[in-house]
Amino acid sequence: MSELLLVCPAIIFLAGFIAPTLRGLLGDRAGYVLSLAPFAAFGLILSQGGLINDGEVLHYSFEWFSSLGASLDFRLDGLAFLMAILITGIGGFIVIYAQGYMHGHPNLGRFFLYLLSFMAAMLGLVLADNLILLFIFWELTSITSYLLIGFNHEQKESRWKALQALLVTGLGAMGMLAGFVLIAHVTGTWQISEINNLGELLQASPLYTGIVILVLIGAFTKSAQVPFHFWLPNAMAGPTPVSAFLHSATMVKAGIFLMARLNPALSGSGLWEYTLAIFGSLTLLLAMFLGLFQRDVKSILAYTTLGVLGVLTMLLGIGSEYAIKAMVVFLIGHALYKATLFMVVGSIDHETGTRDVTVLRGLRKLMPITAIAGGLAALSMSGLPPFFGFIGKELIYKAGVMLSGPELIFLVAALVGNLVMMGLALKAGVGPFFGKPNHEALPKKPHEAPWTMWIGPIVLAVAGLLIGIFPFWVTEYMVSPAIAAIKGTEVVHLDLALWNLVKPNLPLLLSGITVLGGIFVFLLRARFWALSERVLTVIRPYGAEAMYERIFNATIWFSKAQTRWLQTGRLHDYVLMIVVVTVGLLFWAISSYGGWSFSVDWAEFDVLIVGLVIIMIIAALLAVVANSYMTVLVALGTVGFGVALIFAYYGAPDLAITQLLVEMLTVVLFMFVILKLPKLKTLSKKATRLRDLIVASSFGAMMTVLLLKAISIQFDGAISEQLAEMSYPEAKGKNVVNVILVDFRALDTFGEIVVVATAALGIAALVAAGLKKGKGASKA
Amino acid sequence: MKYFILIQASRILFPTLLVLSLIVLYRGHNLPGGGFIGGLMAATAFILMGISRSMEQAKRALRIDPVVLMAVGLLVALVSGLPGILAGAPFMTGQWLPGFSLPLIGKVHLGTPLVFDVGVYLVVIGFTLHTTFSLAQLAHVDEELEN
Repeated sequence: MSELLLVCPAIIFLAGFIAPTLRGLLGDRAGYVLSLAPFAAFGLILSQGGLINDGEVLHYSFEWFSSLGASLDFRLDGLAFLMAILITGIGGFIVIYAQGYMHGHPNLGRFFLYLLSFMAAMLGLVLADNLILLFIFWELTSITSYLLIGFNHEQKESRWKALQALLVTGLGAMGMLAGFVLIAHVTGTWQISEINNLGELLQASPLYTGIVILVLIGAFTKSAQVPFHFWLPNAMAGPTPVSAFLHSATMVKAGIFLMARLNPALSGSGLWEYTLAIFGSLTLLLAMFLGLFQRDVKSILAYTTLGVLGVLTMLLGIGSEYAIKAMVVFLIGHALYKATLFMVVGSIDHETGTRDVTVLRGLRKLMPITAIAGGLAALSMSGLPPFFGFIGKELIYKAGVMLSGPELIFLVAALVGNLVMMGLALKAGVGPFFGKPNHEALPKKPHEAPWTMWIGPIVLAVAGLLIGIFPFWVTEYMVSPAIAAIKGTEVVHLDLALWNLVKPNLPLLLSGITVLGGIFVFLLRARFWALSERVLTVIRPYGAEAMYERIFNATIWFSKAQTRWLQTGRLHDYVLMIVVVTVGLLFWAISSYGGWSFSVDWAEFDVLIVGLVIIMIIAALLAVVANSYMTVLVALGTVGFGVALIFAYYGAPDLAITQLLVEMLTVVLFMFVILKLPKLKTLSKKATRLRDLIVASSFGAMMTVLLLKAISIQFDGAISEQLAEMSYPEAKGKNVVNVILVDFRALDTFGEIVVVATAALGIAALVAAGLKKGKGASKA
Repeated sequence: MKYFILIQASRILFPTLLVLSLIVLYRGHNLPGGGFIGGLMAATAFILMGISRSMEQAKRALRIDPVVLMAVGLLVALVSGLPGILAGAPFMTGQWLPGFSLPLIGKVHLGTPLVFDVGVYLVVIGFTLHTTFSLAQLAHVDEELEN
């Protein structure tokens, strides 16, 4: 039974991989077939509802890299169940919708591949019970969302925005990974369900503050909290089905999910609670402020999504009974109405050719079904009874009025946020459909969207209405178990009936204020639009996005500068750099470990060797001052053969033979090119030559010291003795050098011959370039 | 320009060097030698032919593109590691046939390390000749020989 936790992401991945082929075979209709995968997963997970309702969990584990603690641990508890239902249920409709929206697009198959891969990654993310596994899925969602946002990759802006989303969430994920490592270090396990039982241990650790900060960097970047909020509205560059799925219902909730997932382990210290509540409320207020001035329906929705993410974070921070309840309810409600609204906007855009709210008007007669879906969703978003959004908003106020002292500021934030959000909801979901039609102003003559494009919105919108009227449909299976998972307690069943909430008390009064204020904002919408340009140009240079751009450009500048400095393209500079760095590191290493003292046993050097070395020194000096290649070649050859003789003298025949052969071949190869080279001339300035002299001499001196130290240190003889002893019995060879090369250390040798082969290919490329150049020159 | 002595010498040295390189390759396990040295020796034989007659002729004598030779060498070296796995030991653990005796050569031990060394031998020949041929082409060695 528990295998289904592996099967569900797997079938969606599989559907993604066959999508391009299937599109080729079936055309656009492939979308119907592909949507079966998420719907099947939806069914499989839903079938576990009874289990979840009983407060049980489903666990599946498969050993993967057990030594690294990374095993395929999947776990279905209340929170995972809730998220999985939303991902697969909404995901199925999105696939159908995308088929209509991207009808006839040449790369539709590729689009489905990205979309389904993302869906599977997201599903894996919420089901994962292992930090490493969660991280892998997390990164997979980042990468697939990068591909989805940048789907219209012919547009520069699209690529830039996709990259922005990837960089922000990717960098955040790096922080999060560090946080995970610290968590595992403190608790000794990677398994999330175990970690959640070790909250006290974590909070007693001195690393706790660091863990919270690092994990939150990951969560805040993914869920677009201040100051990382800017990428989310920009991510609207992707096709609308992407926005509807990733940037409302699923991916941006990954950060919220992570915080909720680790809430039992990390909450309770005050640090966690206040950080979440403060950043959440700031995000809410900023998003609402910026949202007021937006004219593109999709942007309006993007900012309200941002606001909702702020609300969810804030509620998690407040952390009281009501707050968590409100958070879960709000999360479900938001997923339903926001996905609907995005799809509605997509349909409007698709049918009219514009998303500008100042132009869109009176579409209700032409697009009745879309209008109904949009209206229902907007009302739910406004938090009017009997929609599910109302229950969410009431619970927020219930949680808010229980706060006291300075914490009441969060209630004020929630009130202001909800009020503006209602105004924006009406603006986006109702505005385009009412009023006097002005079809002439539209780029395209509008008509109702095809059924593939209204089925999803209408189903989700009606679902938002039905579960508002009959909340017990979801409270038992989804809300209560999710709350238990977030709080780390047993499942307590609760009653969310609408009629229990409609009582003359403070929360209801606040709701009333919200409704009036929201309508007020809606009526004043034209005022805000008129101010739009002015306000946005004033604040933009001080915003987080401007900061991002500055950092981004500075990074590029730094990268270019250091490339110019280090990669000059002149061989001389590269050699100089390598030598100087080597000398520096050796100097540091010898000074800090071992010191400069060494002893030399002069008796080891007899007359023959001393004479040989003197000849080699003279040859080397000759090579430096010579002014013909031939002399240089002969001089260097002398040094090389001298080395070979030294090897032979001290009983290393293998090395001596190799050295001789290499010397010989070098001479031969050099002879080929010697005639083609320009005459040797001194081109460098005196100062340069002096510098090179100093660098070269210090390198020589350093190597000398190193060698002298090497022979004066008594190494542990056991290694070489043991190798020599093992050579014959274990490897059936008497030549230890060869046995080490081809048997004991064969893998190293294999690596070396791969390097040799690669170098040869490099030479081929250089020579080919040289030949081409020579031909060009001879033609000219 | 062509040199008579060089041509005549290479006629005898070419096969000698090749045979010698094989001997060095084989005996490497017990005496100085091995795939690397053997490979360099074999390459020398071809280079000698190249500079005495022509690089074209050396290429023809080799029959196989040096790059392909390198690839084959890498493959041979890689494959020599597999019997170890089949025997249940880590990759590249040496595996040996039972020893036997041959006239002239004496006791023979054949095993995967020798196969590995053959791989090294081929890669070294391929590398050296590939480099030589490329540079010779760049330097128009054949045209100089013609004149």
